[in-house]
Amino acid sequence: MSTTMNTVGRPTAPAQTNDFVHPTLTGARGLLQDEALIFELGGWDKTGVDLPSADRPADDLDGLLRTDPIGLPGLSEPEAVRHYVRLSQKNHAIDLALYPLGSCTMKHNPRLNEKMARLPGFSDIHPLQPVSTVQGALELMDRLAHWLKTLTGMPAVAMTPKAGAHGELCGLLAIKAAHEANGQGHRKTVLCPTSAHGTNPATAAFVGYSVVEIAQTEDGRVDLADLASKLGPDVAAIMVTNPNTCGLFERDIVEIARLTHAAGAYFYCDGANFNAIVGRVRPGDLGVDAMHINLHKTFSTPHGGGGPGAGPVVLSEALAAFAPAPWVVSHGDGFALVEEQVGEAAAAFGRMSAFHGQMGMFVRAYAYMRSHGADGLRQVAEDAVLNANYIKASLGDLMSPAFPDGPCMHEALFDDAWLEGTGVTTLDFAKAMIDEGFHPMTMYFPLVVHGAMLIEPTETESKQELDRFVHALRLLAQAAKAGEVDRFKGAPFHAPLRRLDETLAARKPKLRWRAE
Amino acid sequence: MRYLPLTPDDRAEMLSAIGVSSVDDLFVDVPASARRTGFVDLPRVAGELEVERELAALSARNVAAGSVPFFVGAGAYRHHVPATVDHIIQRSEFLTSYTPYQPEIAQGTLQVLFEFQTQVAALTGMEVANASLYDGSTATAEAVMMAKRVTKRNRAVMSGGVHPHYVATTETLAHAEGMDVTALPAAVDAEDAVIEAIDAGVACVVVQTPNVFGTATDVTKIAEAAHAAGALLIVVTTEAMSFGLLKSPGEMGADIAVAEGQSIGNALNFGGPYVGLFACREKLVRQAPGRLCGETVDADGRRGFVLTLSTREQHIRRDKATSNICTNSGLCALAFSIHMSLLGETGLRQVAALNHQRARELKAALEGVKGVEVLTPRFFNEFAVKLAKPAAQVVQSLADRGVLGGVPYSRLAPAAGLDDVLLVAATETVTGEDIAAFQAALTEVMA
Repeated sequence: MSTTMNTVGRPTAPAQTNDFVHPTLTGARGLLQDEALIFELGGWDKTGVDLPSADRPADDLDGLLRTDPIGLPGLSEPEAVRHYVRLSQKNHAIDLALYPLGSCTMKHNPRLNEKMARLPGFSDIHPLQPVSTVQGALELMDRLAHWLKTLTGMPAVAMTPKAGAHGELCGLLAIKAAHEANGQGHRKTVLCPTSAHGTNPATAAFVGYSVVEIAQTEDGRVDLADLASKLGPDVAAIMVTNPNTCGLFERDIVEIARLTHAAGAYFYCDGANFNAIVGRVRPGDLGVDAMHINLHKTFSTPHGGGGPGAGPVVLSEALAAFAPAPWVVSHGDGFALVEEQVGEAAAAFGRMSAFHGQMGMFVRAYAYMRSHGADGLRQVAEDAVLNANYIKASLGDLMSPAFPDGPCMHEALFDDAWLEGTGVTTLDFAKAMIDEGFHPMTMYFPLVVHGAMLIEPTETESKQELDRFVHALRLLAQAAKAGEVDRFKGAPFHAPLRRLDETLAARKPKLRWRAE
Repeated sequence: MRYLPLTPDDRAEMLSAIGVSSVDDLFVDVPASARRTGFVDLPRVAGELEVERELAALSARNVAAGSVPFFVGAGAYRHHVPATVDHIIQRSEFLTSYTPYQPEIAQGTLQVLFEFQTQVAALTGMEVANASLYDGSTATAEAVMMAKRVTKRNRAVMSGGVHPHYVATTETLAHAEGMDVTALPAAVDAEDAVIEAIDAGVACVVVQTPNVFGTATDVTKIAEAAHAAGALLIVVTTEAMSFGLLKSPGEMGADIAVAEGQSIGNALNFGGPYVGLFACREKLVRQAPGRLCGETVDADGRRGFVLTLSTREQHIRRDKATSNICTNSGLCALAFSIHMSLLGETGLRQVAALNHQRARELKAALEGVKGVEVLTPRFFNEFAVKLAKPAAQVVQSLADRGVLGGVPYSRLAPAAGLDDVLLVAATETVTGEDIAAFQAALTEVMA
């Protein structure tokens, strides 16, 4: 090391040190501040807003008034900004680096979408204003519906579900209503592959169905023979994700649909992985009866730290009449809302929520679709699949692909066979990725693959970023194989916090701040 | 296309690394019958300017609430949101992160959720709260399903003061679950009818305060009756700002409190996204739906936060989960929490008192109009009026005069036979001029 030039106004060079890292005295670490809870900042009487005081007391509400302290601290504006900016710096984000959570489609969130959603004609309108004053909003919903129907090749779409799981609920409720209308209300079973998202069986159970699992073949697809043996007069529906959670296209999908329909059941497709095929394959051509579309996955609305999402459900002719209210209809000279279960909506199974759906997400998704166009969306699917296969090919010699033969779709799935004997687990490997600057992939899902690592890069990653990611994973894989167990067991070492004690959190739940 | 970083050279190089000659080779598993060679029949790629023009034109065809005298409520309310809120929620680290599956690199989101849960528990006067649900209506339905799990009983009683869309949302889910819902007839003051409907088979009683007609109610007596029958009391609030003025659900004996949190931090957004608040007694929390954030320590003993009690949830329990819910309403919860932190208890009480005062001013103005009778005895910022003409027609005539003058009850429940009832709300954003304009327009319309 060179000598220190610690002269004011001139560049500094690091002093020579030994390897010991001093823990800081305050808990802060460079740019990362140790930030207290708002309840510990002492602002019990503070406020960050300037409001006039009401000039008459609420003397008409005797006995109804809240007189005890509520227990809510306030912050002045500069304190509030600092509090949240400091917290924000403890989060990984798509805008920072590749975020390869399989099944979550963490793609770039275009800022144009944010700008459009904030136009006052969309953000500052009330769901119960007269429809004559929201014609532009209804037209936007109608246009978005048209794009969703065209891209999926389906005749109808229910726009109100607020997330993917809410869309699954909507789809199964439509299926249940259709069976009841057709005198098939006795059908009580839903078939799901073992590899299904947890929401599938949870939703089926939530609407009163019992769940039976379908076996999977050696090559990661639905076992047709097992499916055929389980389809029968008690089966209401099958729920199959396509491309499936192993990142593979269900080759026999058309036959799956045929068998299902022949047994009098409906085909619910979990559309979480639509990004892999948008613009190239229409689920309507595969025999699907209902499929939710996660606007926050395929159509780039922001994930926001866990929502809000949006999960419109496209429906086949057989299910369309049972879609929940409300929906938009177009007349010659404008748009109207069907809000009640009468007349043309008499068969609607009910209502999913108070209003018309996630309008803020509709605007963003529509801006995204219009920007790409039919050609751009097809390119989205192709690049998403290309990127995933590139990762699979670039890591296949060091890590073990769960299904090595043939291409994957938009995500590459590895098992933990390659870690055998190293003393490193999938969890350890994932935590070590954090130290290298990347968010871990989805781990231990799907359940059918041992120690699963599901990597979904999405199409918005450049080749340079993919290469950077591959380079990091290769170095880690080599370190694991070289016996550097300590690097993994204690990881992460360089994140805002080290590994957290989740057992303690569950055993002694502390779900809120309380004064000591 | 500006969002796609790969160049043609990149693609060629990557295909060669994979060992295939074209991208079509990666789609070989798609059945031949479903492979599409051309583009779907939709417009092609568009630049920012073009997209912005199209959306601006659609936006301009709506009447923004801020551009006219505005008195619409009935479950969504227009409040002033400080500029800081929208700035913070657009920070990359909040906007473009996901559910905090890796707590070591998601402490920002997790600490916000922990603070949010504490704020919601305080506001509702309850012991604990979850990390949010989709909105107030779905939170109500989830609360009813939870009561079924807790009490092992199969019937819910819903007060005639509950928002009809909340009732419909709950009925939809209850029907699927095989649960009975007794929805009482619409009533401005619904307390006695609710108490009469309680019996030993009831899992829960659902009441709303302020209710859909604006009536603020002390539900303590209903709580006593429910508890005497072994039922849970679920208190619904669609206007979260009212927690700054009125007794909280917890103080009145609620077992579960649910609310629409849109009023704090979130725009009207034509109905969504909003944020459902869900709070309950601590002993019931293992039956609660949705995400929960809890405090713990890391390997070095430092305080940190994680998602917890996830053995209730779908990704672990699958068909035995308490709910199918996966995500919450994270960014809306963040907006709520920032706005709440800026207000503090002082600001919250001030803004709540202002809302109440504006609504009383509105009441005084409308009472003087011929053919208008105020129905709601005690209210926060919204009340019902009975009109000498059909309310839907009156609202349309007001809109034609540039005033958004409330919600006809018939729009929420056409079969209720209350075609002459109008719901009007006034928040701190309403000015004296707005009220005068409303009064003048209504006088014209009712003449």
